[in-house]
Amino acid sequence: MLINKRLILAHFWLAFAVFGLALILGAWQMFVRSPFNAWHFNPEFYYRSVTAHGSAMGYVFPTLIAMGFGYAITEATLEKPLVGVRWAWAGFALVAVGAVVAMIPVSLGLASVLYTFYPPMVGNPFYYIGVVMVVVGSWIWVALMSINLMIWKRDNPDRPVPLAMFANVAGSYLWGWTAVGAALEIIFLILPVALGLRSTIDAGLARVFFSWTLHAIVYFWLIPTYIAYYTIFPRAIGGRLYSDAMARISFILFVVVAMPIGVHHLFADPQVGAGFKFMHSVFTGLVTLPTLLTIFTICASAEIASRLRGGRGAFGWVRALPWQNPIMLATALSLVMLGFGGAGGIINMSYQLDATIHNTQWITGHFHLIFGGAIVIMYFAIAYDLWPHLTGRAMDHFGLMRTQLWLWFIGMIVTTFPWHYVGILGMPRRMAFYDYANPAISPQTFSVGMSAVGGLILLTSGVLFFVVLIRGQRAERSDAGAYRFSVPIHMPARIPVALNSFGLWLTLMVGLTVVNYGYPIAQLLVLKQTNVPAIYVGASR
Amino acid sequence: MSEQKLFTLRNPWFGAAVGITGGIAVLSFLAGLIWLPLAQPDLKISGIWDAICSAAGVPRAAPQSSVQQPDFKTSSVVLTSEMLTHPDQVSIGRGATLAQRCAICHGPEGVSDANSPNLAGQFAAVTYKELNDFKAGARVNVVMSPFAATMSNQDMLDIAAYYAYLPRVPSNKIDAELAAPRIVVTGAPMRNIPPCGACHGDIDTKAGSPWLGGQSAVYIKAQLEAFASGSRHNDISQQMRNIARQMTGEEIDQVARYYAAQP
Repeated sequence: MLINKRLILAHFWLAFAVFGLALILGAWQMFVRSPFNAWHFNPEFYYRSVTAHGSAMGYVFPTLIAMGFGYAITEATLEKPLVGVRWAWAGFALVAVGAVVAMIPVSLGLASVLYTFYPPMVGNPFYYIGVVMVVVGSWIWVALMSINLMIWKRDNPDRPVPLAMFANVAGSYLWGWTAVGAALEIIFLILPVALGLRSTIDAGLARVFFSWTLHAIVYFWLIPTYIAYYTIFPRAIGGRLYSDAMARISFILFVVVAMPIGVHHLFADPQVGAGFKFMHSVFTGLVTLPTLLTIFTICASAEIASRLRGGRGAFGWVRALPWQNPIMLATALSLVMLGFGGAGGIINMSYQLDATIHNTQWITGHFHLIFGGAIVIMYFAIAYDLWPHLTGRAMDHFGLMRTQLWLWFIGMIVTTFPWHYVGILGMPRRMAFYDYANPAISPQTFSVGMSAVGGLILLTSGVLFFVVLIRGQRAERSDAGAYRFSVPIHMPARIPVALNSFGLWLTLMVGLTVVNYGYPIAQLLVLKQTNVPAIYVGASR
Repeated sequence: MSEQKLFTLRNPWFGAAVGITGGIAVLSFLAGLIWLPLAQPDLKISGIWDAICSAAGVPRAAPQSSVQQPDFKTSSVVLTSEMLTHPDQVSIGRGATLAQRCAICHGPEGVSDANSPNLAGQFAAVTYKELNDFKAGARVNVVMSPFAATMSNQDMLDIAAYYAYLPRVPSNKIDAELAAPRIVVTGAPMRNIPPCGACHGDIDTKAGSPWLGGQSAVYIKAQLEAFASGSRHNDISQQMRNIARQMTGEEIDQVARYYAAQP
């Protein structure tokens, strides 16, 4: 039962509009630094573009998807209108206005600090204010998810929280807590410098705060994808979810261990002790658990669907899956990219192995494969699945959808595999220009060229995606029926309170944050002489 | 469901969740902050508390081992990129008079064929630094050292200003056809050699790095070999010694021939 369709559609459309613009920037960036382009551009434009691409893709696009999908889940699973619709629109407006406020200084070249801020670089204050507005807007969503769940639980004391809603609220809590790190960094460290109240900044502490956000934000992006795996995929292929409890445990594990692990982004930084780096490394290793659980559950669910359709044999059932179905295809391609990206991630999280690829193009390849690949391809799937229910119009260009999904998959592989490779060769990331005539760099020429071709394929896929959406928006009216999520094989009648509530898991999340971040942050707060002069980006020299 | 108590040890979920999470945290703490630091002999950890402090990143005073002093004098000249770039006319005039005594080797116009450096048009900071180093003994040469020994600081500033003022005279050995050797253009990254051109012109010029165009090939080669052997050691932070030590004999010849043929 989707009631506030305009609210949900507005989130999705704005998200995809931002995605489309940032995709064009991304493809341009790949071209200008590739061997196809003789160097005749101002490198400052490259950093502007990287900042805009990262901020849009990192902060605005997935946040809006999570918010819009979250509202859809709330209404569809709780079977009642969203409580606080005006607040939801206010949150949407904050995100939209914040995105514009942030992007103006970026496009003027006043905040080319990249989306990870990188103090002591400091840009125009409006960039940070815009980002804060986006975050505050999303916090309204966090509060609304929690409030809606509480009201429903009060009215339905004896029913288990529907899985999709449970996962959705888990994601919102994860985001609510993980965004605190970047918020502290911006409000207490960066903004006073950007506003000219101070001229020095504790860059080390700022980076520790950012790492608090930086890793779990990826899991916040990932949650809608996992929700789609568990609650859309089995239904879409005509099967059932293998285990409801396993799904809940996966999301709970994300809440507990996704957050206190961010220091693995700072393995090469001197301001955190080696012991804490090791602890973060251990907990990063634990995050593989919910993903492995998920892969098992989703493959088991696929096998169930296939055997219901007559699939046989130890592996023969794979052929009997409904491969013509875009959701089937998207999920399979997503899992392949998740597998490769996850394997690379295990290298990044290992304290020693990280040294071989730290700050190289490998890292860029890794997060594009996970986020741009495994996660975003499921965002497409979510849109394809939800669109007919939101627009009330048929969406049956399945061939076009499959082409789009295949192109996205191929494009992402062609883009990121060469990036991983040149990263091992030592290509640094975040560089506007590579002198391919240099004998030390020339072996990377072919691979970088190949990745730029991948960028073009991705751009083509992006165009096709909009063609599908717009066609869906203009198709004949038709009733898609009520929106449903997957049903597990064993519908839980009663489940343990631990799997139906968040109190324990939020306590553990905050407790682990204190254990893993408490000392490093306290030490940097107390230590004198840790401030360095700020470098104002875009200031005239 | 709501009547079940969660935050009680009677609920197995509570005990398991807190126990497993706490257990992993404690184990990783023990491993990361005690066992691993103690297992590394290089860290010279004195006990468990020291191991914890070390791994937690508590700042510690640097070990008080005595600094090894070199057995020769090192250059004490401090150069900045703006230094000596705006000499006054009086200084140049005094320098012209003082430079009379240099003419026998460096030529009356700062150019000579005697395989001593051509000084006409050389950056003032470079000439000033070398004179200082000769005087202080950081660089030693049987001919130059006695000349510099009697110079005052003002004398050295004036001579440097005068030679910087003279126009570079094109060498008669210019060979525009000679391609720049790889080491000049790109260096040798695998041996930690930056491109010569990054400091000595072509790509960029850095304070204190001499202009090499038109210098005698014999002189350049002799200096690179002196840096490589360590008999010349007035380069700050061993910049040139580290580079010259890594260069092959063939590369030294190439560089010497190339710069001698440049304007």
